[in-house]
Amino acid sequence: MINFENVSKIFGDGDHRTAAVEDLTIEIPTGKITVFVGPSGCGKTTSLRMINRMIEPTSGTVLIDGVDTRSIDAPKLRRGIGYVIQNAGLFPHRTVLDNIATVPVLEGQSRKAARATAAELLERVGLPESMGRRYPAQLSGGQQQRVGVARALAADPPVMLMDEPFSAVDPVVRAQLQDEFTRLQAELGKTIVFVTHDIDEAVKLGDAIAVFAVGGRLAQYATPAEVLSHPADDFVADFVGRDRGYRALSFTVAGNLPVHDEPTLRLGSPAEQNLMPPDAPSGEPYWVLVVDDARQPRGWVDARRVAGGRPVDLADLVLGGSLVGPQSSLRTALDAALSSPSGRGVAIDADGRVIGTVAARDVLDAIEAARLASGAAADQPTVAGVRAGDADQAAAAVPS
Amino acid sequence: MNWNWLNRNTDQILSWLLAHLWLAALPTLLGLLLALPLGAFAFRYRWSYATLITVAGLLYTIPSLALFVVLPSILGTRILNPINVVVALTLYTLALMVRVVADALDSVPPLVRQSATAMGYRPIRSLITVQLPLAIPVIGAGLRVAAVSNVSLVSVAALLGVPQLGQLFLTGFQLDFYTPIIAGIVLCLVVAGVFDTIILLAVRMATPWTRAVSHR
Repeated sequence: MINFENVSKIFGDGDHRTAAVEDLTIEIPTGKITVFVGPSGCGKTTSLRMINRMIEPTSGTVLIDGVDTRSIDAPKLRRGIGYVIQNAGLFPHRTVLDNIATVPVLEGQSRKAARATAAELLERVGLPESMGRRYPAQLSGGQQQRVGVARALAADPPVMLMDEPFSAVDPVVRAQLQDEFTRLQAELGKTIVFVTHDIDEAVKLGDAIAVFAVGGRLAQYATPAEVLSHPADDFVADFVGRDRGYRALSFTVAGNLPVHDEPTLRLGSPAEQNLMPPDAPSGEPYWVLVVDDARQPRGWVDARRVAGGRPVDLADLVLGGSLVGPQSSLRTALDAALSSPSGRGVAIDADGRVIGTVAARDVLDAIEAARLASGAAADQPTVAGVRAGDADQAAAAVPS
Repeated sequence: MNWNWLNRNTDQILSWLLAHLWLAALPTLLGLLLALPLGAFAFRYRWSYATLITVAGLLYTIPSLALFVVLPSILGTRILNPINVVVALTLYTLALMVRVVADALDSVPPLVRQSATAMGYRPIRSLITVQLPLAIPVIGAGLRVAAVSNVSLVSVAALLGVPQLGQLFLTGFQLDFYTPIIAGIVLCLVVAGVFDTIILLAVRMATPWTRAVSHR
């Protein structure tokens, strides 16, 4: 557990004093991911760096498990706290393995033993062992970031600080890193403080979110669902954005959506009979779902393109969007329907095989049902919009 | 060119060459060793940077001949003592390298420095094992300038009678005879070339990461 008690940080002096952090009191739970989120200049990174004393508070106290951090020698304190810095901040002159071995070597471990542990960690973050001999410049941004995480984990610290660790990579790699980070945290259960300016990242990763306002004021500290459904003030509402209602759907599992049968066509094989009903409106595409031999969805094809009994090939396909799996949220389900050319979202089972499609109308009904269920559970008349704490209640009310 | 003269004086020229080599090399090394802590100080304590750089600049503007003449009375050495030359050139190297070292350390990405702090490095260890290695390419470039300029400055000391390749210029000048002058210039160029190559190779060996080819 990390506690900030009335912590302030004032930079500058005389007439040029600016508060980076103002009277911050916050309790960060053990074994959870707590995200500090806010616009630039809101003091989130300053706050993070006050935990390992890279920045000393002007006033107030930071405690880790009840111990005042000022009572611990700063370099020693830092070796017990993992730190993942922006852009990985790897040492360019050391190989990947030696980068990861940094803290154990500082702690007096032999280089050989530290390298052996480092090789294991490399695998843990999803990189091949052969990469250990390379220099950071020989790695892609995403790979460097993984090495940065491995380096922070090397001494197996109970607490990890992460300063915008995924901000410098492209969106696809970022999503991958986020997913792997979530998986890793599920195994490790570290106490993590994560700084980002991206509210989507905060919502995706955080068990709790602390929204900072410019000037170092803590505007709201709550669960992601709570922040999205009940922003504490105008600042938070504005920062979270206009589509927060839509984003809040991420917290409801789409377990009980009706799945409709969907005729499918195998990739590489011709249509056996005319797929189009005689009453299909002319002039509009008639979409048929195409699957591969493993019944995994590959895309949609306009039946008119393959009307002559020609086998379907990849060039005929229009790619669909999101897929609805057993654990998908209502947000994913709605997006699957909206991003599919046919308007029908593809539903798959745990092995990725097509089981049918879901319709946007059904998703909207499910949203409405979840809303009513959460209102009933709280024994209150429902109000417009999604209620606080709906995620857990709705998930419990929906058999999935 | 009078090859006969060269043949007759080979032994003398070789001993001058050897003297020249160490009179230029030793101050380069000593100057670098002194500049490392001073440059690191100027980098770490920003308030001292301007002062140190200004003092170094002033030091560098003192004419070498004047320094060679004045140093014996300060050091209590005899005017012919080669230590005077070593001390003078060490000062010049130091003056040049303090700034180079400070700027080289400044060229290390701040993120890497912060990263070292965050990992739990103490300041001195971070300086020696993280920041200095990364500053080697810039320090090496500055050292090449210092080494080559030392090779040419040494010859000025010939005016005081300290034996080295500069004697060839004096001889040629006094006798109005070009052979020793040409030989002196060529040998100075060779010495400078050797120093330059040694530093270049040392920097290369010390910075394998700069040549790591991307595998992406």
